[in-house]
Amino acid sequence: MTDAVEVKTLIIDDQEVSARRGQTILEVAREHDIHIPTLCHVEGLSNVGACRLCLVEIKGSNKLLPACVATVFEGMEVVTNSERLRRHRRTILELLFAERNHICSVCVSNGHCELQTLAQEQGLTHVRMPYRNPQLSVDASHDRFTADHNRCILCTRCVRVCAEIEGAHVWDVMGRGINSIVITDLHQDWGSSTCTRCGKCVQVCPTGALFEKSKIGTDNPKNPDFLPYLNLMREAR
Amino acid sequence: MSKLKVATVWLDGCSGCHMSFLDMDERLLELAELIEIVYSPIVDAKEFPGEVDIALVEGAVASVDDEKKIKKVRAHTRTLVAMGDCAVAGNVPSMRNPFGPEAILNRAYIENTTTQQQIPCVVVPNLLKVVRPIHEFVKVDIFLPGCPPSANTLYTVLTALATGQPVDISSLTRFGA
Amino acid sequence: MTIEELEQIAESVRRENANFDYEVSVCMDLACASQGSDKLRDALLRSAEASGKKVLVRRTGCMGPCSHGPLVRVDPDKTLYGHVSPGRAQGIVDSLGGEPVAELQCELNEHFDSQMRVVLENAGYIDPEKIDDYIAREGYKALVTVLMEMTPGGVIHRITESGLRGRGGGGYPTGLKWGTVAKAAGDVKYVVCNGDEGDPGAFMDRSVMEGDPHRVIEGMALAAYAVGASKGYIYVRAEYPIAVSRLTMALREARRRGLLGINICNTPFSFDIEIRLGAGAFVCGEETALIASIEGKRGTPRPRPPYPAVSGLWGKPTLINNVETYANIPPIIRNGGKWFSSMGSERSKGTKVFALTGKIANTGLVEVPMGIKLRQIIEVIGGGVPPGHTLKAVQTGGPSGGCIPAEMLDIGVSYDALMAAGSIMGSGGMIVMDDTSCMVNVARFFIEFCMTESCGKCIPCRAGTAQMYTLLTRICTGKGTMDDLALIEDLCVTVKETSLCGLGQTAPNPVLSTLKYFRSEYLEHIANKRCPAGVCHMHAGAEADVFAPAVSQEVVA
Repeated sequence: MTDAVEVKTLIIDDQEVSARRGQTILEVAREHDIHIPTLCHVEGLSNVGACRLCLVEIKGSNKLLPACVATVFEGMEVVTNSERLRRHRRTILELLFAERNHICSVCVSNGHCELQTLAQEQGLTHVRMPYRNPQLSVDASHDRFTADHNRCILCTRCVRVCAEIEGAHVWDVMGRGINSIVITDLHQDWGSSTCTRCGKCVQVCPTGALFEKSKIGTDNPKNPDFLPYLNLMREAR
Repeated sequence: MSKLKVATVWLDGCSGCHMSFLDMDERLLELAELIEIVYSPIVDAKEFPGEVDIALVEGAVASVDDEKKIKKVRAHTRTLVAMGDCAVAGNVPSMRNPFGPEAILNRAYIENTTTQQQIPCVVVPNLLKVVRPIHEFVKVDIFLPGCPPSANTLYTVLTALATGQPVDISSLTRFGA
Repeated sequence: MTIEELEQIAESVRRENANFDYEVSVCMDLACASQGSDKLRDALLRSAEASGKKVLVRRTGCMGPCSHGPLVRVDPDKTLYGHVSPGRAQGIVDSLGGEPVAELQCELNEHFDSQMRVVLENAGYIDPEKIDDYIAREGYKALVTVLMEMTPGGVIHRITESGLRGRGGGGYPTGLKWGTVAKAAGDVKYVVCNGDEGDPGAFMDRSVMEGDPHRVIEGMALAAYAVGASKGYIYVRAEYPIAVSRLTMALREARRRGLLGINICNTPFSFDIEIRLGAGAFVCGEETALIASIEGKRGTPRPRPPYPAVSGLWGKPTLINNVETYANIPPIIRNGGKWFSSMGSERSKGTKVFALTGKIANTGLVEVPMGIKLRQIIEVIGGGVPPGHTLKAVQTGGPSGGCIPAEMLDIGVSYDALMAAGSIMGSGGMIVMDDTSCMVNVARFFIEFCMTESCGKCIPCRAGTAQMYTLLTRICTGKGTMDDLALIEDLCVTVKETSLCGLGQTAPNPVLSTLKYFRSEYLEHIANKRCPAGVCHMHAGAEADVFAPAVSQEVVA
């Protein structure tokens, strides 16, 4: 038996499932229609384990593991939806809503935003923490796109898609901690950066932080589904 | 069974939630069997009553008046409902927070006016430096996000409250809905 | 280089020293140097030359009791002088051969007698810029012996036998870690020394790197031999320029002596070390962030596994240990694992260096056997809190640690006992607090530290610490409510359980431990708007929240 087809048997939420060696818990769960919430993960890009929404419990261990990067092992028992996990997920979402100025009602992505959808899915009806209300800029210098940092959740999908798929690495993160922001090039305006205008970052952005000018989400929902296809084409070459 | 006494309150908001309330249309007649509106911007009552079963509060707390009002409402209300995103999360009124009230007042009363440029300081209540959702001032029992929460949401929640049925808010509405 | 050659060097140093009747050692570590010990050394040199006496004036690393600096020790009499100004040099030289200068003498016998020096055995006795001084005190003997006589497996066995645990804070068994890297597949492996010491008030690693740099290099070379690496990196923060220059000099001298480089001691073993400077990010002390930083990337951690022992620097198996861990290696090899495990407590072997700071008489570096009672460190070695004050708490483990209340001073200092008390061993910072410290404010200080040092990658650490800081600030300014306190406790759990790396996972510890032992202080701030220690400025009042426009003249008229 070669490594590639080595089979592991495990239990996810009381359901016995089989997986290939090296698969992540998230991959296996999705293959079996078990829902695990994610935010920084997007199919087709590398995983960074940063949003912590996909944390799952492993029986016999007190440590929570990020399903997007943790690989399966034989006999593993995974719990994806306990009261403890739901509480953590709600708190993390609250932290995001309070961190910047997320005003859903006036956002281009209202109705098509992954943050908004997750909040509803996780039963979040209000935010207990004080809103931080930071003063952040909106970069409208690009002729096709706009970056509104008020709505950015620092998932770094734009950074990864630009570096890994487009190969341009225009986006990156600047600053540390609560002061981090995504930047183009060495913090130049997006419009005068080395951006290739491919628009992939806009399509993978889960919120209204990156959007196409003069279009609102309702007419033009984002669609990151092209990534697995691009990767597949690449592997075929 | 006596009817539930319901009040609706309008703080810093656009009145859209109240419009949504009126959008219940003919279902208001059904509701009228269960509830009685004892105080509201849309009825003729000047003082908040002593005892209210349910208060629907629209709008964020943006001025010293709002703060006084919400505290009074809380003191006389059994079940306080934050109605809509402004009351729940600050929403559009809170968009001034990153800039501060002075910048906003200047914009409204100085920069954008041609005559009598002055910031009102007598009739208009003083603004709070930060616009905040109502639960930062008083205990809120039910949060109804949405901008505005739909008429259907309001109807479902009010009938559930009137009949003592549980209700899953997240299945009805969300932020920005 | 052979054992005989090492012995020859040692002998020549001893012969040279025998030419002098007196050795005057001047502490030139940062604390003493900042009080002018360089001028003092010059003055001593001048006075010694003029006196005609045979005096060797030596610059050394940290002697320990920094609060008494600048320090001078005169041998063979072992007289220790404190607070020596350059003007006193003449008097000290004059006294040689006669009665010591009474008013400068430090009575610190108790301070030193309760200590046990392994890592710091050379500190204060050698000139850190002279490799021969190190060799004269058995330096590089372990390396040469190992290369001649021991197998890599034998080295790992000895380290395992010693029971040494990582001194960077985690306390992972060192032998086990080495074994994992040695077993990992791949012909290219790396050895990394974590010198990114960043805890507020901690300077153990700096003192070792500045005062005895060869010890770290020898420890790394031994590790490289054991795990099969040929390349090492020392990651030092750029804020330690003296450590960087001493290490650079030490590496050059070691290469010159053939103790680093290709085919060391004519064996097939080749090993060299490069220094990498950290740009001041605390999180780069976390091993995966440190690796990213050495690779030239943004210093942010990544999820483990894979652990660096399997996939570290450039995806190769990498051994990462702290400065103090490496500094423990040469004596363990020389004296045997059993010698080391005879010191310390049941599950924490050997000694630990602490940087003692805060409201205490003798601040500075101390090295004690594991298991020693906290009380002995504070009251005997540290000399207790200033007169008229009472001890309130001892903070260990830096921003990842917790506050241990005065009632618990009788616990033994070990990884497990500190953990059980809600704190951690950490890298060795120990901050003593008396009744003038407000514990809420202390918790707020550490959370502010974690907030500014968070890398911003994961949400709970980035936004959670910021929220906790905001809420603690509310409490410290008299605006806090019981709801805020409940929210803080909630956030503690989420930040602790869901953060990506150790920085976030341990960030709530200072809050949790102060809440556990000093909850009444929090409640006093909230309920009565009063800070019991008188530290916090309570300016509660609604006015601050309201914007009142100035009444314009027209309206008044």
